[in-house]
Amino acid sequence: MTAIRPAVEAKGVSRIFQGAGQDAVKALDNVSVSIRENEFFTLLGPSGCGKTTLLRLIAGFDYPTDGEILLHGQDIAPLPPFKRPVNTVFQSYALFPHMTVAENIGFGLKMLGKPKAEIAARVDAMLKLVHMQEQRNRRTSQISGGQQQRVALARALAPQPKVLLLDEPLSALDYKLRKEMQIELKRLQHETGITFIFVTHDQEEALTMSDRIAVMSSGNILQVGTPWDVYDRPAERFVADFIGETNFLTGTIESAGNGHARIVLSSGARICATAAKDFQLGSMATLMVRPEHARLVKGTGDLAGTIETIVYFGTDTHIHVRLDGGEAFIVRQQNSRCANCGFERGDKVGIQIGDDAAQLLKD
Amino acid sequence: MADRFDVRRQTGFASMAMMCFFLLYLPIATLVVYAFNDNESLAIWKGFSLRWFHAAWNNSLVIESSIRSFQIAAVAAILATISATMAALATTRTKPYRGLTFKYAFINQPLMVPEIVTAVALLIVFSRIKIWTGYSGLGYLILAHTAFCVPFAYLPIRARLESMDLSLETAAADLYATKWKIFRHVTLPLLWPGILAGLMLAFVVSLDDVVITEFVKSGGQDTLPTFMLGQIRRGVTPEINAISTVFLALSIGIVTAFFFISRKRT
Repeated sequence: MTAIRPAVEAKGVSRIFQGAGQDAVKALDNVSVSIRENEFFTLLGPSGCGKTTLLRLIAGFDYPTDGEILLHGQDIAPLPPFKRPVNTVFQSYALFPHMTVAENIGFGLKMLGKPKAEIAARVDAMLKLVHMQEQRNRRTSQISGGQQQRVALARALAPQPKVLLLDEPLSALDYKLRKEMQIELKRLQHETGITFIFVTHDQEEALTMSDRIAVMSSGNILQVGTPWDVYDRPAERFVADFIGETNFLTGTIESAGNGHARIVLSSGARICATAAKDFQLGSMATLMVRPEHARLVKGTGDLAGTIETIVYFGTDTHIHVRLDGGEAFIVRQQNSRCANCGFERGDKVGIQIGDDAAQLLKD
Repeated sequence: MADRFDVRRQTGFASMAMMCFFLLYLPIATLVVYAFNDNESLAIWKGFSLRWFHAAWNNSLVIESSIRSFQIAAVAAILATISATMAALATTRTKPYRGLTFKYAFINQPLMVPEIVTAVALLIVFSRIKIWTGYSGLGYLILAHTAFCVPFAYLPIRARLESMDLSLETAAADLYATKWKIFRHVTLPLLWPGILAGLMLAFVVSLDDVVITEFVKSGGQDTLPTFMLGQIRRGVTPEINAISTVFLALSIGIVTAFFFISRKRT
């Protein structure tokens, strides 16, 4: 992993929107991130976290209040959008309604002043890439939402940009089509070898598609890492909470060292958790356990409690347990063998936590 | 279900609607029917004839003033539409700022200021300019018509610009189009129906104007409406009906044509 040249780099980028009166909104607050060549990079976060603002700064639709945006080492922050070798797939697709599918795809090349023959060849290749050859002379109003999505992709890819920006492009599609397009996007990224920067608020989408994810919240990047990193080794509580379902427990640190810590919960139960950094002995701390890393047992386990609700999900079952200390705790069991494995509402149960499944978090 | 609450089923709705249409169209229908009357009188029907159409056609004053009307309307409508397009772009493709509402009002001023006031004002200004420059051509009428046509052209163009998806222009910029190319390849083609609608409105409004024209025109510069006004003062024959009928047919023809052109474009 040494010396991979970054495709896009943000260095101390801030974007402050001057509101009416005194209150200014910091949409981005001194953000730095480095996106590698040929990477499927996702900006993930709730609405208003600044992910779209960052994308717009890279595209050139907006300019940073402070900081640099480098494209292959060159500062592009002051350039207008038409001078950046970066193309965008818009959330609304923004297809030109007065042009055919083929004219839409060829638009960027036409604006670049490419010869007609080259444009025609490139449009053909793009139509083939997104399987839209038969619709080439249709108006964009005459094709379905999924097809519009493909045209928007082809149009953005046709000028062979160095980076493709995707602004929640799948949010308008229904569930099944969205799943299909997720695979399609991965395929396109693989075939074209272009760096994709993908914006989404859908954590499942981010986990399944990305090479790396940047989790954002209120104008800051909290963590950058592989899907495994952000899911299994979240840097802080917000990341753990935003991505997937998590159980949080608070307790006092009893002993620490060697990347591990022992925590005493209010009920007196003791749990051993991994700790990425050193924590102060005797201080309060939060630890997380993913529901699938815990297991219900009929005798005593690491934790004890009473089953409150059992929710059946088809592939798995979620069992909501009220711990003896009063905290809520969810256990997820695969339904491979039995539906709820003989557990009933009201049962006293133990919860077994897997090795290294509990993690101390920075608040 | 919902039909029971349909406004068309309410008591008195149908008769009220009929009465409105009656009041609107009966006078026009009467005018058109009597254009074909074979009689000197407007009120007494004698028989079907096209003689008043012949009379109007052979009246060189009618033809002259008609041509003048169309010349003025065409030039004024085009000038007004160009200005209105620029004004609409300037007032919609910008971040809202203090004074923008004032500008809307300023552009639409001719809709609010009583026409007679504008007419008198133009008369005073133009008569002064006539003395200074010695020029007394159609330019004054064209300028006056352009001025009051601008808001009529402006409103449909602005409406079209406001309903346009702004991300289309952003997408064009993203796809290497400069500002001018965005306008040429995206904004203008999408704006075209609005521009045509504005042009049509401006043209019809100019064609139809009496008050301002009456005040601004020099001797021998009658447009068709002011010519007709002059005729009526001298006693009315069905020739007026015939001219009105042709005028009506032309207006309907123009409006319909523009309607179909603009519909095809969208």
